[in-house]
Amino acid sequence: MASVYRRILGSRVRSQLAYRVSFALDAAGQAVAQATELVVILAVFAQVDTLGGFSRDEVLLVYALAGISFGLSDLAVGQLDDLPRWIRTGELDVLLARPLGVLPQLLTSDLQLRRLGRVAVGALVLAVVLAQGRVEPTPLNALLVLATPLVGATITSSVWVATCAVSFWVVDGREVANAFTYGSQLTTSYPITVFGPWLRRALCYAVPSAFVAYFPALALLDRPDPLGLPHALRYAAPLVAVAAVAVAALVWRTAVRHYQGTGS
Amino acid sequence: MTATGNAVVETEALRREFTVGRRRARRCVVAVDGVDLRIETGEAVGFLGPNGAGKSTTIKMLTGILVPTSGRLQVCGLDPAGQRRALARRLGVVFGQRSQLWWDLPLRDSFALLGAIHRVPDPEHRARLERCVDVLQLGPFLDVPVRQLSLGQRMRGEVTAALLHAPRLLVLDEPTVGLDLVSKERLRAFLQEVNLVDGVTILLTTHDLPDVERLCRRVVVIDHGQVVADDAIDALRTRSGGAREVVVELSAPAAPLDDLPGVRRVRVEADGLRQRLAFAPADTTAAALIAAVAARVQLRDVTVVEPSIEDLVRTLYAG
Repeated sequence: MASVYRRILGSRVRSQLAYRVSFALDAAGQAVAQATELVVILAVFAQVDTLGGFSRDEVLLVYALAGISFGLSDLAVGQLDDLPRWIRTGELDVLLARPLGVLPQLLTSDLQLRRLGRVAVGALVLAVVLAQGRVEPTPLNALLVLATPLVGATITSSVWVATCAVSFWVVDGREVANAFTYGSQLTTSYPITVFGPWLRRALCYAVPSAFVAYFPALALLDRPDPLGLPHALRYAAPLVAVAAVAVAALVWRTAVRHYQGTGS
Repeated sequence: MTATGNAVVETEALRREFTVGRRRARRCVVAVDGVDLRIETGEAVGFLGPNGAGKSTTIKMLTGILVPTSGRLQVCGLDPAGQRRALARRLGVVFGQRSQLWWDLPLRDSFALLGAIHRVPDPEHRARLERCVDVLQLGPFLDVPVRQLSLGQRMRGEVTAALLHAPRLLVLDEPTVGLDLVSKERLRAFLQEVNLVDGVTILLTTHDLPDVERLCRRVVVIDHGQVVADDAIDALRTRSGGAREVVVELSAPAAPLDDLPGVRRVRVEADGLRQRLAFAPADTTAAALIAAVAARVQLRDVTVVEPSIEDLVRTLYAG
């Protein structure tokens, strides 16, 4: 089954790489978008020494982990931005008439390799932060550094899938969905201590953004949570990811059953 | 519901509602309102009705695209909404208005991907493709990206795409819309062969009566979400009063030509210069009728008018 999607994706990638220059420019554009936020963080730290109780390098660690997660999510489920178009034009009918899942077909309808630009910037910052020696080089930390972007991407992707499913009820629900998708980039990139208590709670328990980068970063930095949240939370990201996938799958299934099609 | 006999499609009190509008203006529209339908293996059924009658909604429920609001439904022995993917392996679907091909890929690559999606073994894929290429003459544009194909070429590609996995039921939604006469005829002939020789059951919606006449032996007419007629096509035609017309333009005004053999009804226009002679194909032929007219008066011009689906459906209600 996986080989089918590989073939579909292969055909997508080939048609993109046919235009190498525009591909390179797109990738650079994505990298710049990601780096803009880096500039903001650096500018803030030119004025202050700590942000929400975290030093510059600590914030950069959170930013880097979040950036890679976001880039990977964008690569994996970014196609869902087109969902309203699939629904409005009724082209979703075609996907439903095939013996494959709708979601995998939508996700493989395109593979925007240019989104690797974001991942590249995140990885670069992560490498620089790790080189500063703030993170102890233990096997557990090595595992955390490798797993966190993948687990984080899973959480972020699940939130995207669940929120994009809104399009099945409100075809132009894109603004709502984007608040979560692109909004999540902002909320995952900073230690949650910089936010107010209300938003902080939402990020911990409702939209689990805090598990994408913040809690794993606490574990890597081996520092107690300034908010005094339970110690176990810093290793809870994989469990949160499993729960997020389950919720997203449920929401998606319900949404597809709600599909109304178009008039013709 | 258990599959009885050889039914490919079996529905009972099938119903689908839509909520339309927003907030205050929100209301419930019943698109399909209690449809009972049974289609046996090997049948070719024309599914007709005016726009908005519920044809497309019914077809989408049969193919698992839409979930019914209520009622019972079984296609190829499966529940379409619950077993959509299993059903998709046994169905071929052609939507005249939207493509199942990849716009940026050549036809050949689209076919290869579809073969992989349906897990068709290579030798079978090759054999089926070869036949379609042969009969539908796809050869010259097999390596052209789909977006560059003409409508007629693309449609032939769509039908091929729907048949590569040897479906039991082929659902065609307006397959000849926008095609020129030659393309239409070629497509109809091929579909007829698929139905008669390969035994693939065909369900066809169209606005084009010749499509139905060529392909279907049975016609189901739907309006306001309900089946209003379900009969052999010949029986329907008889009931609708044989709506073909020979329109004759005369050199000089003449009395109504209502006493010619086979003429059921005459409408006189332009003070007798133009007369519309309605006849039933069972009674006479257009050629015999024209000959009879020519023997009586001097003809300037002749046209034969086929009844449209809308006319046919309208006479069904009136009668």
